[in-house]
Amino acid sequence: MALDQSFVGRSYPPTDPYEVGREKIREFAVAVGDANPAYADPEAAKALGHPDVLAPPTFVFAITFKAAGLVIEDPQLGLDYSRVVHGDQKFAYTRPVYAGDRLTVTSTIENIKSLAGNDILDIRGEVHDAAGEHVVTAWTKLVARAAEPAAEGA
Amino acid sequence: MTAKIAYADVEVGTELPAQTFPVTRATLVRYAGASGDFNPIHWNEKFAVEVGLPDVIAHGMFTMAEAIRVVTDWAGDPAAVVEYGVRFTKPVVVPNDDKGATIEVSAKVAALLDDQQVRVDLLAKSGDQKVLGMSRAVVRLA
Repeated sequence: MALDQSFVGRSYPPTDPYEVGREKIREFAVAVGDANPAYADPEAAKALGHPDVLAPPTFVFAITFKAAGLVIEDPQLGLDYSRVVHGDQKFAYTRPVYAGDRLTVTSTIENIKSLAGNDILDIRGEVHDAAGEHVVTAWTKLVARAAEPAAEGA
Repeated sequence: MTAKIAYADVEVGTELPAQTFPVTRATLVRYAGASGDFNPIHWNEKFAVEVGLPDVIAHGMFTMAEAIRVVTDWAGDPAAVVEYGVRFTKPVVVPNDDKGATIEVSAKVAALLDDQQVRVDLLAKSGDQKVLGMSRAVVRLA
């Protein structure tokens, strides 16, 4: 069933702050095999002009995607998550995410399309720090496949 | 922000050093824990096959994280990345053997922009499949 177009433009309340930990950043960097010292060593990060270790560029997805759960699980929207694959992902950074940041995410439904029986949902997550300053915007395109077997996407 | 590559030293067509990233089942389990994405298609073969996949597949976000390393290693400071976007075109299939799969990433400067910025286009393949499409980063150089 096609998703209700009237949800386009709907924003969800900001999430509770997520506090970014040095060890969580380190764990993520190890998981992607990235030995860049700016992710693990505060002194190396400071040598590049940063206040503390920074997170790899895609780290923030864990936070924005959790926030997008408000949209995905909105019973009024009625998305069939068991059929959803991740279509596109984009980030635009005002600054990197740093250890010690307390980040909130405000999710907005940017677009809903129905294409060949697939529902395509674009969610924008605006990430702000404790001072209310913009850090990064994440755009996530989700595709709920039509009810036939398929094996595209990841 | 302290990129080690100068804007003046690159031109359209400048190639970044390509890299190959291995991915095994163990890699995916570790990434699941670090990212909080425990979708069973990334570690449970039985489940993956039941939902129509050929086998366990890598997290799209894992592939996205690997691909940008070609840019961050080149630029030196990861904060040089001001925009980064991809389309997930094909899954990276990860068999349950000692070798797993590999993700091969190449990249080149595709456009010179204002404000010391360049657009870098990335190509990510696994085997003979292109796994990321429209894969682009905007990078601020020194």
